Amino acid sequence: MVAVHPLTMKVLRDIARLKGQATAIALIVASGVGVLVMSLAAMQAITSTAEAYYDRYQFAHVFAEAKRIPRAVARDIARLEAVRTVEARMVRYATVDISGFEEPVMAVLVSLPENAAAEVNRLVLRRGRIPDPHRADEVIVVEPFADAHDLHLGDRFSALLNGRKRDLQIVGVALSPEFVYTIGPGALMPDDARYGVIWMGEAVLAAAYDLDGAFNSVAITVWPGADMPSLLARLDALLEPYGGVGAYARNDQISNWFVMNEIAQLRSIASIMPPIFLIVAAFLTNILLARLVFIERSEIGLLKAFGYSHATMAWHYTKFVLIIAAGGVLVGWVLGYLLGRWMTGIYATLFNFPLLVYAPDIDVYSLSAAFSIVAALIGAVAAAYHAASLPPADAMRPPSPPRFRQNPGGLQARALARLDQPTRIIFRQLLRRPLRTLLTSLGVSAAVAVLVASLQWRDAISWMVTDFFDNQQRQDISVSLVESAPLAVARALERLPGVLATEAYRSVSTRIRFESRHRREALIGIPANGQLEVLRDAHGRNVPLPEHGLLMSGAMAKILGVQVGDVVRVEVLEGRQPTLTVPVAATFETLIGTPVYMHIDALNEALEEPRTTNHLRARIDERHASALFARLKSLPTISGVMLKRAAVDLFNKTIGETMYVVIAFYSGFAVLLAYGVIYNNMRISLSERGRELATLRVLGFSSGEVAYMLFGEAAVLTLIGLPVGCLGGWLLAEFMATGFETELFRLPVRIAPSTYGLAIVLVLFSALTSAALVARRLVRLNLISVLKTRE
Amino acid sequence: MGAQEAASAVLVARNLVKVYGSGELEIRALDGVDLTLYESELIVLVGASGSGKSTLLNILGGLDAPTSGEVLFRGQPLDLRNDRTITEYRRRHVGFVFQFYNLIASLTAEENVALVTEIADAPIAPREALAMVGLGDRLQAFPAELSGGEQQRVAIARAIAKQPQLLLCDEPTGALDSKTGVLVLSALERVNRELGTTTALITHNRATAGMADRVCRFSDGRIIETTVNTHRTPAEQLEW
Ligand SMILES: Nc1ncnc2c1ncn2[C@@H]1O[C@H](COP(=O)(O)OP(=O)(O)O)[C@@H](O)[C@H]1O
Ligand SMILES: [Mg+2]
Repeated sequence: MVAVHPLTMKVLRDIARLKGQATAIALIVASGVGVLVMSLAAMQAITSTAEAYYDRYQFAHVFAEAKRIPRAVARDIARLEAVRTVEARMVRYATVDISGFEEPVMAVLVSLPENAAAEVNRLVLRRGRIPDPHRADEVIVVEPFADAHDLHLGDRFSALLNGRKRDLQIVGVALSPEFVYTIGPGALMPDDARYGVIWMGEAVLAAAYDLDGAFNSVAITVWPGADMPSLLARLDALLEPYGGVGAYARNDQISNWFVMNEIAQLRSIASIMPPIFLIVAAFLTNILLARLVFIERSEIGLLKAFGYSHATMAWHYTKFVLIIAAGGVLVGWVLGYLLGRWMTGIYATLFNFPLLVYAPDIDVYSLSAAFSIVAALIGAVAAAYHAASLPPADAMRPPSPPRFRQNPGGLQARALARLDQPTRIIFRQLLRRPLRTLLTSLGVSAAVAVLVASLQWRDAISWMVTDFFDNQQRQDISVSLVESAPLAVARALERLPGVLATEAYRSVSTRIRFESRHRREALIGIPANGQLEVLRDAHGRNVPLPEHGLLMSGAMAKILGVQVGDVVRVEVLEGRQPTLTVPVAATFETLIGTPVYMHIDALNEALEEPRTTNHLRARIDERHASALFARLKSLPTISGVMLKRAAVDLFNKTIGETMYVVIAFYSGFAVLLAYGVIYNNMRISLSERGRELATLRVLGFSSGEVAYMLFGEAAVLTLIGLPVGCLGGWLLAEFMATGFETELFRLPVRIAPSTYGLAIVLVLFSALTSAALVARRLVRLNLISVLKTRE
Repeated sequence: MGAQEAASAVLVARNLVKVYGSGELEIRALDGVDLTLYESELIVLVGASGSGKSTLLNILGGLDAPTSGEVLFRGQPLDLRNDRTITEYRRRHVGFVFQFYNLIASLTAEENVALVTEIADAPIAPREALAMVGLGDRLQAFPAELSGGEQQRVAIARAIAKQPQLLLCDEPTGALDSKTGVLVLSALERVNRELGTTTALITHNRATAGMADRVCRFSDGRIIETTVNTHRTPAEQLEW
């Protein structure tokens, strides 16, 4: 039989005795570990999947588009330094008509090389086969699109290729590293039913779009260690004569950008949330252990008198902490593993990976364990040191009553003089240990702050949805034209069934230059006093459109380093490709993208193409929607139709599925945090003052009055913590918004009063739960045994 | 028991039994105790450690309930199991002094006393109570700033400030040296004399018995002997 060392036995008994507090601390550690494991594991799943997928299917490193590049240029590109493989191809957008689906659908058409399999951006053929080069109607469609429409091999649908309706047949279903996140142009998120990818033979596309002997898009892989900036510059120079609109690296490729952005957000969560939990856990450990050492000081003295070393005593109390932390880590691992798997499952539907392997490696576990144990040890160090350094004789002597002091006639004394004795007891306790009071309140604040910062996502999203879809985008549908057309088409559209009102816009692809900086962006011409798109800034204020000059988003102004009054060069990348010099008339903050606007008349005038449009917005009568959609699908001049209602529904559905569950989890963790802090505070108070409270009972105070003295302290701490936490939550929200900020997307911080209210209610709920649990102990307080002993 | 005596009885305990544990481990801490405390008397309880003195005092003061038997306060039976009535009883009628002073560390001497006077019906002023125990000049001191004897005297002042009918003291001098102990006993004696508070005092010190009106000797949970002193020795003259 192995004898358990009595000191080890003592640690286990201590933990059993303090199980409530030990559990609370362990749960906070578990929350921190859980969030860390979840985000790291999900991050790892996406990162390693993307890496493996990109590598195996040769996802391009560099992309470039132009109007029409002669075939021969592909060889020049291949000769550029660092270039490994070049895939010259055709990429065009088209509208698609799928029987049974009323609304118009947009698709991107990508050419497949005639005689060889693509070397770059290889397809993952999920079903079927590669189209026969001799059959013009055979195509491959992207898997989520096929699934959304329940399309099978052999099914047919039609597409408008350059204005001509073509009947197409599905021979294959595939995925591509280029379309992991299939988001259509101008959309806020992927809509598998309304945006798809179609691969077809290059001869078919070349014929349809008049690109024989040419291509309009190039995808390139490079050798490791390639000098990207110089490659991009050379590529730009090479494609310039062919209407090149600027080469870009993988980082700026839209699908990959979203994947990387998701990884960055997970990293940001991993670096913000867990530290909050672990710091609070360290603080609580510190208090609990300090109390334990204090209670056991005579035992420590005795053990030392027996000859146990300082180190043994320090290690004894450190073990206590390690066991609690280890318990938290284990629970956190399981929790984090499950949450991570759930999150990864969400990513699996969001991102089209051929497979998503969820197998967090050992580092995730060891890292989270290491962090928590270090945090716990930091919490333990002071108390363990104290235990080690207690001189035996001192430790055996009973303590004199804790010192209280006041300056009679001082401000504090005068303030307290107005209170009754029980209330005075509460405040003197709080003031005696100002640091502990402060830190406990901060612990409560941390919980409120995490709650506010988590719950406010709802506000941010609903504000954005309302602002974007209700206040800004007031059209029901928007229609893109294949080519610019006279304004008269707006009136033609107005005559279609169900159309109530239309407005004409113009969008031109441009490269905007200022000094040495430049940037590609669509310059959007909008009508003055437009009713269907109302420009609003990040604060929800309407932005007036200047009659002349550019109205530039603040984000774009920052990229270019321009200020109002500066004159920029606008290189138009279509049509005659003129270069305009235009002053920046005004800037405004936007939440999405880096848009640049101009009065449509001023834009048309500058382009010397008066009264031209390529984008229309319309309000429609829902009752005639079917008839209208049927007409729109058959109009060859239209390259795409977007429905606002569909976008809103999709947004709400996607957000509802994921965001709210995530918010619920973080809120749960935050409630746990509040509970842990408050419960521990009450238990420590009860332990420190059990004797005092028993004395009060003996003196004739009722259980209620005694409870007031015990819980009053926690109540004051909580009440201090609430407003500080609300403020902290706002700051945390701002901080996270900055952390998540990208060029494409900025999150507004728009915390509704009800969010603060809900956070406060949840924390008060944890406080009441803690109080209820501790009250049971208060009722059971044994008056006689407490009074018979010293401490 | 004469009619007059019965009328002046503050507290009557009848056939009190207190059993801890059960079966083999059963301990009869009180084994049929009858005791009457009369108006204004000072009674001292002596006996070996473990003989049941504290158990009795705790039951009389409403801190504990007996296994059987009853307690009458001014002729009315006390429901010792009802928290409400018992809290009320302690609050209005009973003052306690323990071996450990049990002062509230966060309150000054005066505030410790005020703690009780705030919830009492007809209290004496905290200053007055402290003056009575010889601490009129230490009102603003916190417990940590007082000696053991001073702390115990604050505890006495706190116990008597509400003018209780009963003052129950469990070894109040147990943690004190003899000189300080005498000061504490003098304070108790003075309270008993000036306020007429019925006082029951547990002590280990035989000499203390001299200051009592009556002395009850305990053994094995019973009162085995009661002595009536015809003459009370003033506390200052007690020989330790
Ligand atoms: N809570 C308890 N549980 C079990 N036994 C107890 C308890 N309190 C007192 N006793 C026992 O009751 C007996 C009387 O104790 P007590 O009244 O404290 O004696 P005294 O005060 O005379 O020294 C002792 O044997 C003691 O061990
Ligand atoms: Mg005793």
